[in-house]
Amino acid sequence: MPVRLYLNNVGKSFTMHLQGGTIIPVVDKVEFSVNTGECVVLGGPSGAGKSSILKMIYGNYRCDQGQILVTIDDEIINVADAEPRKVLQLREDTIGYVSQFLRTIPRVSAEDVVAEPLIAQGESEDNAVKKARSLLARLNVPERLWTLPPATFSGGEQQRVNIARGFIAHYPILLLDEPTASLDAANRAVVVRLVQEKKEQGVAMVGILHDQDVREEIADRIIDVTAFAADAAA
Amino acid sequence: MNTIQSDEPLLQVHNVTRYYGDRVGCLDVSFDLWPGEVLAIVGESGSGKTTLLNCLSTRLAPTAGAIEYRMRDGAMRNLYQLTEAERRLLMRTDWGFVHQNAADGLRMNVSAGANVGERLMAVGQRHYGNIRSTADDWLGRVEIESDRIDDDPRSFSGGMRQRLQIARNLVTHPRLVFMDEPTGGLDVSVQARLLDLLRRLVSDLGLSVVIVTHDLAVARLLSHRIMVMRQGYVIEAGLTDQVLDDPREPYSQLLVSSILQV
Ligand SMILES: Nc1ncnc2c1ncn2[C@@H]1O[C@H](COP(=O)(O)OP(=O)(O)OP(=O)(O)O)[C@@H](O)[C@H]1O
Ligand SMILES: Nc1ncnc2c1ncn2[C@@H]1O[C@H](COP(=O)(O)OP(=O)(O)OP(=O)(O)O)[C@@H](O)[C@H]1O
Ligand SMILES: [Mg+2]
Ligand SMILES: [Mg+2]
Repeated sequence: MPVRLYLNNVGKSFTMHLQGGTIIPVVDKVEFSVNTGECVVLGGPSGAGKSSILKMIYGNYRCDQGQILVTIDDEIINVADAEPRKVLQLREDTIGYVSQFLRTIPRVSAEDVVAEPLIAQGESEDNAVKKARSLLARLNVPERLWTLPPATFSGGEQQRVNIARGFIAHYPILLLDEPTASLDAANRAVVVRLVQEKKEQGVAMVGILHDQDVREEIADRIIDVTAFAADAAA
Repeated sequence: MNTIQSDEPLLQVHNVTRYYGDRVGCLDVSFDLWPGEVLAIVGESGSGKTTLLNCLSTRLAPTAGAIEYRMRDGAMRNLYQLTEAERRLLMRTDWGFVHQNAADGLRMNVSAGANVGERLMAVGQRHYGNIRSTADDWLGRVEIESDRIDDDPRSFSGGMRQRLQIARNLVTHPRLVFMDEPTGGLDVSVQARLLDLLRRLVSDLGLSVVIVTHDLAVARLLSHRIMVMRQGYVIEAGLTDQVLDDPREPYSQLLVSSILQV
Protein backbone atom coordinates (compact mmCIF):
# COMPACT_ATOMS: atom_id res chain seq x y z
CA MET A 1 0.00 0.00 0.00
CA PRO A 2 1.50 3.32 -1.02
CA VAL A 3 2.26 6.01 1.53
CA ARG A 4 -0.29 8.81 1.32
CA LEU A 5 0.81 11.02 4.19
CA TYR A 6 4.20 11.41 5.79
CA LEU A 7 5.09 13.62 8.73
CA ASN A 8 8.81 14.19 8.94
CA ASN A 9 10.41 15.79 12.01
CA VAL A 10 7.36 17.96 12.71
CA GLY A 11 7.55 20.38 15.61
CA LYS A 12 5.12 22.88 17.05
CA SER A 13 4.97 25.34 19.92
CA PHE A 14 2.82 28.32 20.79
CA THR A 15 4.22 31.66 21.92
CA MET A 16 1.69 33.42 24.12
CA HIS A 17 2.47 37.11 23.73
CA LEU A 18 -0.36 38.14 26.02
CA GLN A 19 1.17 36.04 28.79
CA GLY A 20 4.57 37.65 28.71
CA GLY A 21 5.79 35.58 25.78
CA THR A 22 5.40 32.21 27.50
CA ILE A 23 6.27 29.40 25.15
CA ILE A 24 4.06 26.32 25.20
CA PRO A 25 5.95 23.45 23.60
CA VAL A 26 3.46 21.04 22.05
CA VAL A 27 5.22 18.37 20.01
CA ASP A 28 8.69 17.76 18.64
CA LYS A 29 10.14 15.39 16.02
CA VAL A 30 6.80 13.90 15.07
CA GLU A 31 7.43 11.20 12.55
CA PHE A 32 4.90 8.76 11.10
CA SER A 33 3.31 7.83 7.83
CA VAL A 34 -0.13 6.66 6.78
CA ASN A 35 -0.77 4.36 3.87
CA THR A 36 -3.79 4.31 1.61
CA GLY A 37 -6.63 2.34 3.17
CA GLU A 38 -5.08 2.57 6.62
CA CYS A 39 -6.51 4.13 9.77
CA VAL A 40 -3.93 5.39 12.24
CA VAL A 41 -5.18 6.44 15.65
CA LEU A 42 -3.34 9.03 17.74
CA GLY A 43 -3.31 8.17 21.44
CA GLY A 44 -2.11 9.95 24.54
CA PRO A 45 -3.48 12.00 27.41
CA SER A 46 -5.32 15.29 27.18
CA GLY A 47 -2.98 18.06 26.09
CA ALA A 48 -0.48 15.69 24.49
CA GLY A 49 -0.91 17.45 21.14
CA LYS A 50 -3.18 15.06 19.23
CA SER A 51 -5.55 17.71 17.88
CA SER A 52 -2.65 20.03 17.15
CA ILE A 53 -1.13 17.39 14.87
CA LEU A 54 -4.40 16.97 12.96
CA LYS A 55 -4.75 20.73 12.65
CA MET A 56 -1.24 21.05 11.24
CA ILE A 57 -2.01 18.37 8.65
CA TYR A 58 -5.12 20.35 7.68
CA GLY A 59 -3.15 23.60 7.53
CA ASN A 60 -5.23 25.10 10.31
CA TYR A 61 -2.25 25.42 12.65
CA ARG A 62 1.14 26.46 11.39
CA CYS A 63 3.82 23.85 11.37
CA ASP A 64 6.97 25.43 12.83
CA GLN A 65 9.34 22.68 11.87
CA GLY A 66 9.63 19.73 9.54
CA GLN A 67 7.50 18.60 6.65
CA ILE A 68 3.97 17.31 6.16
CA LEU A 69 4.04 15.52 2.84
CA VAL A 70 0.93 14.53 0.93
CA THR A 71 1.42 12.29 -2.06
CA ILE A 72 -1.23 12.30 -4.78
CA ASP A 73 -0.33 10.49 -8.00
CA ASP A 74 3.09 11.82 -8.92
CA GLU A 75 2.79 15.00 -6.94
CA ILE A 76 4.19 15.52 -3.45
CA ILE A 77 2.90 18.56 -1.61
CA ASN A 78 4.37 19.86 1.62
CA VAL A 79 1.44 21.29 3.59
CA ALA A 80 3.88 22.91 6.01
CA ASP A 81 5.01 25.47 3.45
CA ALA A 82 2.15 25.46 0.93
CA GLU A 83 0.62 28.77 -0.17
CA PRO A 84 -2.82 29.50 1.30
CA ARG A 85 -4.55 28.83 -1.97
CA LYS A 86 -2.78 25.50 -2.34
CA VAL A 87 -3.99 24.54 1.14
CA LEU A 88 -7.53 25.54 0.19
CA GLN A 89 -7.33 23.40 -2.91
CA LEU A 90 -6.10 20.45 -0.85
CA ARG A 91 -9.06 20.93 1.50
CA GLU A 92 -11.41 20.87 -1.44
CA ASP A 93 -10.20 17.71 -3.11
CA THR A 94 -7.63 15.91 -0.97
CA ILE A 95 -7.94 16.35 2.79
CA GLY A 96 -11.22 16.08 4.68
CA TYR A 97 -11.56 16.91 8.34
CA VAL A 98 -14.25 16.06 10.84
CA SER A 99 -13.77 18.48 13.70
CA GLN A 100 -15.07 17.91 17.18
CA PHE A 101 -17.77 20.53 16.83
CA LEU A 102 -19.84 21.73 13.92
CA ARG A 103 -19.26 25.33 12.96
CA THR A 104 -22.73 26.45 12.02
CA ILE A 105 -23.37 28.90 9.21
CA PRO A 106 -26.38 31.15 9.72
CA ARG A 107 -29.44 30.28 7.65
CA VAL A 108 -27.93 27.25 5.91
CA SER A 109 -29.95 24.04 6.34
CA ALA A 110 -28.46 20.80 7.67
CA GLU A 111 -28.78 19.07 4.30
CA ASP A 112 -27.05 21.97 2.53
CA VAL A 113 -24.28 22.05 5.14
CA VAL A 114 -23.71 18.36 4.44
CA ALA A 115 -23.98 18.65 0.64
CA GLU A 116 -21.59 21.59 0.32
CA PRO A 117 -18.25 19.72 0.12
CA LEU A 118 -19.61 17.47 -2.62
CA ILE A 119 -20.91 20.43 -4.62
CA ALA A 120 -17.49 22.03 -4.22
CA GLN A 121 -16.01 18.93 -5.89
CA GLY A 122 -18.26 19.49 -8.88
CA GLU A 123 -21.24 17.24 -8.09
CA SER A 124 -24.66 18.58 -9.10
CA GLU A 125 -26.71 20.16 -6.35
CA ASP A 126 -29.49 17.59 -6.79
CA ASN A 127 -27.24 14.58 -6.43
CA ALA A 128 -25.31 16.12 -3.58
CA VAL A 129 -28.47 16.84 -1.61
CA LYS A 130 -29.75 13.31 -2.30
CA LYS A 131 -26.56 11.85 -0.94
CA ALA A 132 -26.67 14.25 2.02
CA ARG A 133 -30.15 13.02 2.91
CA SER A 134 -29.18 9.40 2.72
CA LEU A 135 -26.20 10.00 5.02
CA LEU A 136 -28.32 11.97 7.48
CA ALA A 137 -30.78 9.08 7.44
CA ARG A 138 -28.02 6.54 8.05
CA LEU A 139 -26.86 8.59 11.01
CA ASN A 140 -30.42 8.69 12.38
CA VAL A 141 -30.83 12.45 12.16
CA PRO A 142 -34.63 12.94 12.21
CA GLU A 143 -35.97 13.91 8.80
CA ARG A 144 -37.84 16.93 10.15
CA LEU A 145 -34.46 18.51 10.97
CA TRP A 146 -32.88 18.21 7.52
CA THR A 147 -34.17 21.50 6.17
CA LEU A 148 -33.42 23.46 9.35
CA PRO A 149 -30.16 25.23 10.17
CA PRO A 150 -28.26 23.12 12.74
CA ALA A 151 -27.60 26.03 15.13
CA THR A 152 -30.46 24.92 17.40
CA PHE A 153 -29.75 21.17 17.21
CA SER A 154 -28.57 19.15 20.22
CA GLY A 155 -24.86 18.41 20.59
CA GLY A 156 -25.24 14.86 19.29
CA GLU A 157 -27.37 15.96 16.33
CA GLN A 158 -24.83 18.63 15.37
CA GLN A 159 -22.05 16.09 15.65
CA ARG A 160 -23.84 13.73 13.28
CA VAL A 161 -24.41 16.54 10.78
CA ASN A 162 -20.70 17.23 11.08
CA ILE A 163 -19.84 13.59 10.44
CA ALA A 164 -22.12 13.46 7.40
CA ARG A 165 -20.42 16.60 6.07
CA GLY A 166 -17.00 15.04 6.57
CA PHE A 167 -17.89 11.71 4.97
CA ILE A 168 -20.01 12.80 2.01
CA ALA A 169 -17.19 13.55 -0.39
CA HIS A 170 -14.23 11.44 -1.36
CA TYR A 171 -10.93 12.69 0.03
CA PRO A 172 -7.78 10.57 -0.22
CA ILE A 173 -6.97 11.71 3.34
CA LEU A 174 -9.53 12.00 6.12
CA LEU A 175 -8.83 13.42 9.58
CA LEU A 176 -11.17 12.56 12.45
CA ASP A 177 -11.06 14.45 15.76
CA GLU A 178 -13.21 12.53 18.24
CA PRO A 179 -16.11 12.06 15.83
CA THR A 180 -17.94 9.73 18.20
CA ALA A 181 -17.57 11.76 21.39
CA SER A 182 -21.25 12.53 21.96
CA LEU A 183 -22.87 9.60 20.17
CA ASP A 184 -24.83 6.62 21.48
CA ALA A 185 -23.81 3.03 20.73
CA ALA A 186 -26.07 2.70 17.67
CA ASN A 187 -24.63 5.80 16.04
CA ARG A 188 -21.09 4.87 16.98
CA ALA A 189 -21.67 1.65 15.07
CA VAL A 190 -22.75 3.68 12.02
CA VAL A 191 -19.53 5.67 12.20
CA VAL A 192 -17.51 2.47 12.41
CA ARG A 193 -19.19 1.23 9.22
CA LEU A 194 -18.59 4.54 7.46
CA VAL A 195 -14.90 4.38 8.38
CA GLN A 196 -14.67 0.82 7.10
CA GLU A 197 -16.20 1.87 3.79
CA LYS A 198 -13.62 4.65 3.47
CA LYS A 199 -10.84 2.17 4.13
CA GLU A 200 -12.14 -0.05 1.37
CA GLN A 201 -12.00 2.98 -0.93
CA GLY A 202 -8.33 3.40 -0.05
CA VAL A 203 -8.70 6.48 2.10
CA ALA A 204 -5.81 7.15 4.49
CA MET A 205 -7.20 8.18 7.87
CA VAL A 206 -5.79 9.73 11.00
CA GLY A 207 -8.15 9.67 13.95
CA ILE A 208 -8.43 10.65 17.57
CA LEU A 209 -10.86 8.31 19.27
CA HIS A 210 -11.44 7.96 22.96
CA ASP A 211 -14.05 5.19 22.80
CA GLN A 212 -12.23 1.95 23.36
CA ASP A 213 -14.77 -0.09 21.37
CA VAL A 214 -14.67 2.17 18.31
CA ARG A 215 -10.91 2.38 18.46
CA GLU A 216 -10.48 -1.38 18.53
CA GLU A 217 -12.71 -1.82 15.54
CA ILE A 218 -11.13 0.71 13.23
CA ALA A 219 -7.51 1.33 14.27
CA ASP A 220 -4.88 -0.41 12.21
CA ARG A 221 -2.18 1.19 14.30
CA ILE A 222 -2.08 3.34 17.41
CA ILE A 223 0.59 5.99 17.75
CA ASP A 224 1.31 7.29 21.23
CA VAL A 225 1.78 11.02 20.89
CA THR A 226 3.64 11.29 24.20
CA ALA A 227 6.59 9.82 22.30
CA PHE A 228 6.77 13.21 20.57
CA ALA A 229 6.55 15.25 23.75
CA ALA A 230 8.46 18.48 23.32
CA ASP A 231 11.14 19.11 25.91
CA ALA A 232 9.64 21.62 28.32
CA ALA A 233 12.93 23.48 28.40
CA ALA A 234 13.03 23.88 24.61
CA MET B 1 -16.49 29.26 -0.17
CA ASN B 2 -15.18 27.42 -3.15
CA THR B 3 -11.73 28.16 -4.31
CA ILE B 4 -11.00 28.90 -7.87
CA GLN B 5 -7.71 27.80 -9.19
CA SER B 6 -6.17 30.11 -11.67
CA ASP B 7 -2.54 30.53 -12.51
CA GLU B 8 -2.55 34.27 -12.74
CA PRO B 9 -3.37 36.88 -10.14
CA LEU B 10 -6.10 39.42 -10.79
CA LEU B 11 -4.52 42.18 -8.76
CA GLN B 12 -0.91 42.73 -7.78
CA VAL B 13 -0.11 45.26 -5.13
CA HIS B 14 3.48 46.42 -4.78
CA ASN B 15 4.69 48.42 -1.75
CA VAL B 16 1.70 50.71 -1.59
CA THR B 17 2.20 53.63 0.78
CA ARG B 18 -0.06 56.56 1.46
CA TYR B 19 0.67 59.55 3.63
CA TYR B 20 -1.73 62.35 4.52
CA GLY B 21 0.81 65.15 4.90
CA ASP B 22 3.13 63.66 7.49
CA ARG B 23 0.40 61.44 8.88
CA VAL B 24 0.59 57.75 8.02
CA GLY B 25 -2.29 56.19 6.07
CA CYS B 26 -0.82 52.84 5.03
CA LEU B 27 2.76 51.69 4.65
CA ASP B 28 4.52 49.40 2.23
CA VAL B 29 1.64 47.01 1.55
CA SER B 30 2.21 44.21 -0.99
CA PHE B 31 0.02 41.24 -1.90
CA ASP B 32 -1.54 39.36 -4.80
CA LEU B 33 -5.25 38.71 -5.14
CA TRP B 34 -6.36 35.70 -7.17
CA PRO B 35 -9.54 35.25 -9.19
CA GLY B 36 -12.36 34.01 -6.96
CA GLU B 37 -10.48 34.89 -3.80
CA VAL B 38 -11.95 36.79 -0.87
CA LEU B 39 -9.38 38.75 1.14
CA ALA B 40 -10.37 40.29 4.45
CA ILE B 41 -8.52 43.27 5.92
CA VAL B 42 -8.84 43.56 9.70
CA GLY B 43 -7.16 45.74 12.30
CA GLU B 44 -7.73 48.47 14.82
CA SER B 45 -9.37 51.78 14.07
CA GLY B 46 -6.99 54.09 12.23
CA SER B 47 -4.70 51.27 11.10
CA GLY B 48 -5.09 52.18 7.43
CA LYS B 49 -7.71 49.72 6.17
CA THR B 50 -9.92 52.23 4.40
CA THR B 51 -6.89 54.09 3.10
CA LEU B 52 -5.57 50.90 1.53
CA LEU B 53 -8.96 49.98 0.08
CA ASN B 54 -9.30 53.42 -1.45
CA CYS B 55 -5.82 53.20 -2.96
CA LEU B 56 -6.65 49.81 -4.49
CA SER B 57 -9.89 51.02 -5.97
CA THR B 58 -8.25 54.13 -7.48
CA ARG B 59 -10.26 56.44 -5.28
CA LEU B 60 -7.11 57.69 -3.58
CA ALA B 61 -3.69 57.92 -5.23
CA PRO B 62 -0.88 56.23 -3.26
CA THR B 63 2.13 58.31 -2.27
CA ALA B 64 4.35 55.45 -3.46
CA GLY B 65 4.03 51.96 -4.85
CA ALA B 66 2.20 50.39 -7.76
CA ILE B 67 -1.00 48.43 -8.33
CA GLU B 68 -1.51 46.24 -11.36
CA TYR B 69 -4.80 44.78 -12.52
CA ARG B 70 -5.54 42.13 -15.09
CA MET B 71 -7.93 43.64 -17.61
CA ARG B 72 -10.59 41.52 -19.31
CA ASP B 73 -8.28 41.08 -22.28
CA GLY B 74 -5.72 39.42 -19.97
CA ALA B 75 -3.22 42.27 -20.02
CA MET B 76 -1.77 43.46 -16.70
CA ARG B 77 -2.11 47.24 -16.40
CA ASN B 78 -0.82 49.71 -13.88
CA LEU B 79 -3.98 51.25 -12.45
CA TYR B 80 -2.52 54.68 -12.01
CA GLN B 81 -1.40 54.77 -15.63
CA LEU B 82 -4.86 54.18 -17.07
CA THR B 83 -6.57 57.04 -18.83
CA GLU B 84 -9.41 58.66 -16.96
CA ALA B 85 -11.90 57.07 -19.40
CA GLU B 86 -10.41 53.59 -18.91
CA ARG B 87 -10.47 54.01 -15.17
CA ARG B 88 -14.10 55.12 -15.15
CA LEU B 89 -15.12 52.21 -17.34
CA LEU B 90 -13.39 49.82 -14.97
CA MET B 91 -15.19 51.26 -11.98
CA ARG B 92 -18.55 51.14 -13.72
CA THR B 93 -18.30 47.67 -15.19
CA ASP B 94 -15.56 45.43 -13.90
CA TRP B 95 -15.57 46.57 -10.29
CA GLY B 96 -18.01 47.18 -7.51
CA PHE B 97 -17.63 49.21 -4.34
CA VAL B 98 -19.90 48.55 -1.37
CA HIS B 99 -19.82 51.34 1.20
CA GLN B 100 -20.56 50.97 4.89
CA ASN B 101 -23.12 53.72 4.61
CA ALA B 102 -25.49 52.67 1.82
CA ALA B 103 -26.35 56.31 1.17
CA ASP B 104 -22.77 56.78 -0.14
CA GLY B 105 -23.26 54.05 -2.72
CA LEU B 106 -26.87 54.65 -3.74
CA ARG B 107 -28.76 57.48 -5.32
CA MET B 108 -31.26 58.15 -2.59
CA ASN B 109 -33.74 60.15 -4.65
CA VAL B 110 -34.31 57.69 -7.50
CA SER B 111 -36.21 54.38 -7.34
CA ALA B 112 -34.70 51.05 -6.32
CA GLY B 113 -35.17 49.80 -9.88
CA ALA B 114 -33.38 52.83 -11.29
CA ASN B 115 -30.52 52.41 -8.83
CA VAL B 116 -29.87 48.97 -10.26
CA GLY B 117 -30.77 49.84 -13.86
CA GLU B 118 -28.47 52.83 -13.92
CA ARG B 119 -25.38 50.64 -13.78
CA LEU B 120 -26.70 48.67 -16.77
CA MET B 121 -27.26 51.85 -18.73
CA ALA B 122 -23.71 52.86 -17.89
CA VAL B 123 -22.48 49.74 -19.68
CA GLY B 124 -24.52 50.57 -22.75
CA GLN B 125 -27.85 48.80 -22.28
CA ARG B 126 -30.68 50.82 -23.73
CA HIS B 127 -33.74 48.57 -23.87
CA TYR B 128 -36.04 49.76 -21.07
CA GLY B 129 -37.95 46.48 -20.73
CA ASN B 130 -34.77 44.42 -20.42
CA ILE B 131 -33.22 46.80 -17.95
CA ARG B 132 -36.32 46.73 -15.80
CA SER B 133 -36.60 42.96 -15.85
CA THR B 134 -32.90 42.52 -15.02
CA ALA B 135 -33.27 45.02 -12.19
CA ASP B 136 -36.32 43.17 -10.94
CA ASP B 137 -34.44 39.89 -11.09
CA TRP B 138 -31.57 41.36 -9.06
CA LEU B 139 -33.88 42.82 -6.46
CA GLY B 140 -35.24 39.29 -6.07
CA ARG B 141 -31.73 37.89 -5.66
CA VAL B 142 -31.08 40.28 -2.79
CA GLU B 143 -34.49 39.49 -1.31
CA ILE B 144 -36.25 42.77 -2.01
CA GLU B 145 -39.92 42.31 -2.94
CA SER B 146 -40.85 43.20 -6.54
CA ASP B 147 -43.48 45.64 -5.36
CA ARG B 148 -40.75 47.88 -3.92
CA ILE B 149 -39.07 48.42 -7.31
CA ASP B 150 -40.55 51.90 -7.77
CA ASP B 151 -39.90 53.04 -4.20
CA ASP B 152 -36.82 55.07 -3.49
CA PRO B 153 -34.28 53.83 -0.95
CA ARG B 154 -35.11 56.56 1.56
CA SER B 155 -38.12 54.42 2.47
CA PHE B 156 -35.95 51.30 2.97
CA SER B 157 -34.53 49.91 6.22
CA GLY B 158 -30.76 49.84 6.70
CA GLY B 159 -30.54 46.17 5.79
CA MET B 160 -32.64 46.65 2.64
CA ARG B 161 -30.54 49.62 1.56
CA GLN B 162 -27.42 47.55 1.97
CA ARG B 163 -28.92 44.73 -0.09
CA LEU B 164 -29.94 47.22 -2.75
CA GLN B 165 -26.41 48.59 -2.83
CA ILE B 166 -25.13 45.07 -3.38
CA ALA B 167 -27.58 44.48 -6.25
CA ARG B 168 -26.53 47.77 -7.83
CA ASN B 169 -22.91 46.68 -7.67
CA LEU B 170 -23.31 43.13 -8.90
CA VAL B 171 -25.74 43.68 -11.77
CA THR B 172 -22.92 44.32 -14.24
CA HIS B 173 -21.17 41.07 -13.20
CA PRO B 174 -18.02 42.72 -11.91
CA ARG B 175 -14.93 40.60 -11.38
CA LEU B 176 -13.69 42.48 -8.34
CA VAL B 177 -15.67 44.03 -5.51
CA PHE B 178 -14.34 46.24 -2.74
CA MET B 179 -16.32 46.41 0.49
CA ASP B 180 -15.75 48.70 3.45
CA GLU B 181 -17.52 47.38 6.57
CA PRO B 182 -20.59 46.21 4.61
CA THR B 183 -22.28 44.87 7.76
CA GLY B 184 -21.30 47.73 10.06
CA GLY B 185 -24.12 49.62 11.71
CA LEU B 186 -26.72 46.88 11.15
CA ASP B 187 -28.60 44.85 13.77
CA VAL B 188 -27.14 41.43 14.43
CA SER B 189 -30.04 39.54 12.84
CA VAL B 190 -29.96 41.83 9.81
CA GLN B 191 -26.20 41.28 9.59
CA ALA B 192 -26.63 37.50 9.55
CA ARG B 193 -29.03 37.69 6.61
CA LEU B 194 -26.76 40.04 4.69
CA LEU B 195 -23.75 37.87 5.35
CA ASP B 196 -25.49 34.74 4.19
CA LEU B 197 -26.55 36.54 1.04
CA LEU B 198 -23.04 37.83 0.40
CA ARG B 199 -21.54 34.42 0.98
CA ARG B 200 -23.83 32.85 -1.62
CA LEU B 201 -23.42 35.59 -4.21
CA VAL B 202 -19.65 35.64 -3.90
CA SER B 203 -19.42 31.92 -4.40
CA ASP B 204 -22.08 31.68 -7.14
CA LEU B 205 -20.51 34.50 -9.15
CA GLY B 206 -16.90 33.53 -8.42
CA LEU B 207 -16.18 37.10 -7.35
CA SER B 208 -12.87 38.36 -6.09
CA VAL B 209 -13.43 40.52 -3.05
CA VAL B 210 -11.37 42.76 -0.82
CA ILE B 211 -13.41 43.34 2.30
CA VAL B 212 -12.55 45.60 5.21
CA THR B 213 -14.20 44.51 8.44
CA HIS B 214 -13.64 44.85 12.15
CA ASP B 215 -15.79 41.77 12.70
CA LEU B 216 -13.67 38.62 12.78
CA ALA B 217 -16.78 36.44 12.44
CA VAL B 218 -17.46 38.14 9.10
CA ALA B 219 -13.88 37.51 8.04
CA ARG B 220 -14.13 33.87 9.13
CA LEU B 221 -17.34 33.30 7.22
CA LEU B 222 -16.52 35.10 3.99
CA SER B 223 -12.80 35.20 3.42
CA HIS B 224 -10.16 32.78 2.26
CA ARG B 225 -7.28 34.91 3.37
CA ILE B 226 -6.83 37.63 5.94
CA MET B 227 -4.42 40.55 6.43
CA VAL B 228 -4.03 42.11 9.86
CA MET B 229 -3.11 45.81 9.80
CA ARG B 230 -1.61 47.92 12.53
CA GLN B 231 -0.28 51.45 12.37
CA GLY B 232 -0.36 51.40 8.58
CA TYR B 233 1.52 48.13 8.14
CA VAL B 234 0.28 44.64 7.33
CA ILE B 235 1.71 42.80 10.33
CA GLU B 236 0.38 39.31 9.62
CA ALA B 237 -1.30 37.62 6.67
CA GLY B 238 -2.35 34.12 5.75
CA LEU B 239 -5.12 31.59 5.49
CA THR B 240 -8.08 33.00 7.42
CA ASP B 241 -8.60 30.13 9.85
CA GLN B 242 -4.87 29.80 10.44
CA VAL B 243 -4.46 33.44 11.40
CA LEU B 244 -7.57 33.34 13.61
CA ASP B 245 -6.81 30.00 15.30
CA ASP B 246 -3.02 30.26 15.50
CA PRO B 247 -2.17 33.97 15.39
CA ARG B 248 1.53 34.67 15.61
CA GLU B 249 1.95 38.40 16.19
CA PRO B 250 1.23 39.97 19.57
CA TYR B 251 -1.35 42.34 18.11
CA SER B 252 -3.12 39.53 16.20
CA GLN B 253 -3.30 37.51 19.41
CA LEU B 254 -4.79 40.49 21.19
CA LEU B 255 -7.34 41.00 18.42
CA VAL B 256 -8.42 37.36 18.44
CA SER B 257 -8.55 37.17 22.23
CA SER B 258 -10.69 40.27 22.57
CA ILE B 259 -13.72 38.57 21.10
CA LEU B 260 -15.54 35.69 22.68
CA GLN B 261 -15.57 33.10 19.95
CA VAL B 262 -15.39 33.20 16.20
N1 LIG C 1 -4.53 27.73 19.48
C1 LIG C 1 -3.78 27.45 20.56
N2 LIG C 1 -3.14 28.43 21.20
C2 LIG C 1 -2.38 28.16 22.27
N3 LIG C 1 -2.20 26.93 22.79
C3 LIG C 1 -2.82 25.90 22.19
C4 LIG C 1 -3.65 26.11 21.06
N4 LIG C 1 -4.14 24.92 20.67
C5 LIG C 1 -3.62 24.01 21.53
N5 LIG C 1 -2.83 24.58 22.44
C6 LIG C 1 -2.07 23.90 23.52
O1 LIG C 1 -1.33 22.85 22.93
C7 LIG C 1 -1.33 21.70 23.77
C8 LIG C 1 -1.86 20.51 23.00
O2 LIG C 1 -3.25 20.69 22.75
P1 LIG C 1 -4.11 19.71 21.85
O3 LIG C 1 -5.45 20.29 21.70
O4 LIG C 1 -3.35 19.41 20.62
O5 LIG C 1 -4.15 18.40 22.78
P2 LIG C 1 -4.96 17.06 22.65
O6 LIG C 1 -3.96 15.97 22.74
O7 LIG C 1 -5.81 17.08 21.43
O8 LIG C 1 -5.87 17.07 23.96
P3 LIG C 1 -7.38 16.58 24.20
O9 LIG C 1 -7.32 15.11 24.32
O10 LIG C 1 -7.73 17.24 25.50
O11 LIG C 1 -8.20 17.07 23.06
C9 LIG C 1 -2.15 22.09 24.99
O12 LIG C 1 -1.26 22.52 25.97
C10 LIG C 1 -2.98 23.25 24.50
O13 LIG C 1 -3.31 24.11 25.56
N1 LIG D 1 -8.36 62.46 4.65
C1 LIG D 1 -7.51 62.28 5.64
N2 LIG D 1 -6.70 63.28 6.06
C2 LIG D 1 -5.82 63.08 7.05
N3 LIG D 1 -5.65 61.92 7.70
C3 LIG D 1 -6.40 60.91 7.33
C4 LIG D 1 -7.39 61.02 6.29
N4 LIG D 1 -8.00 59.83 6.16
C5 LIG D 1 -7.45 59.00 7.06
N5 LIG D 1 -6.50 59.65 7.77
C6 LIG D 1 -5.67 59.06 8.81
O1 LIG D 1 -5.01 57.92 8.30
C7 LIG D 1 -5.00 56.87 9.25
C8 LIG D 1 -5.67 55.64 8.67
O2 LIG D 1 -7.06 55.92 8.49
P1 LIG D 1 -8.07 54.89 7.83
O3 LIG D 1 -9.34 55.61 7.59
O4 LIG D 1 -7.42 54.24 6.68
O5 LIG D 1 -8.22 53.84 9.03
P2 LIG D 1 -9.14 52.56 9.17
O6 LIG D 1 -8.22 51.43 9.45
O7 LIG D 1 -10.05 52.44 8.01
O8 LIG D 1 -9.94 52.88 10.51
P3 LIG D 1 -11.48 52.60 10.91
O9 LIG D 1 -11.52 51.17 11.35
O10 LIG D 1 -11.69 53.51 12.06
O11 LIG D 1 -12.34 52.90 9.74
C9 LIG D 1 -5.68 57.44 10.49
O12 LIG D 1 -4.71 57.87 11.37
C10 LIG D 1 -6.50 58.57 9.96
O13 LIG D 1 -6.67 59.57 10.93
MG1 LIG E 1 -7.95 17.20 21.13
MG1 LIG F 1 -12.17 52.59 7.81
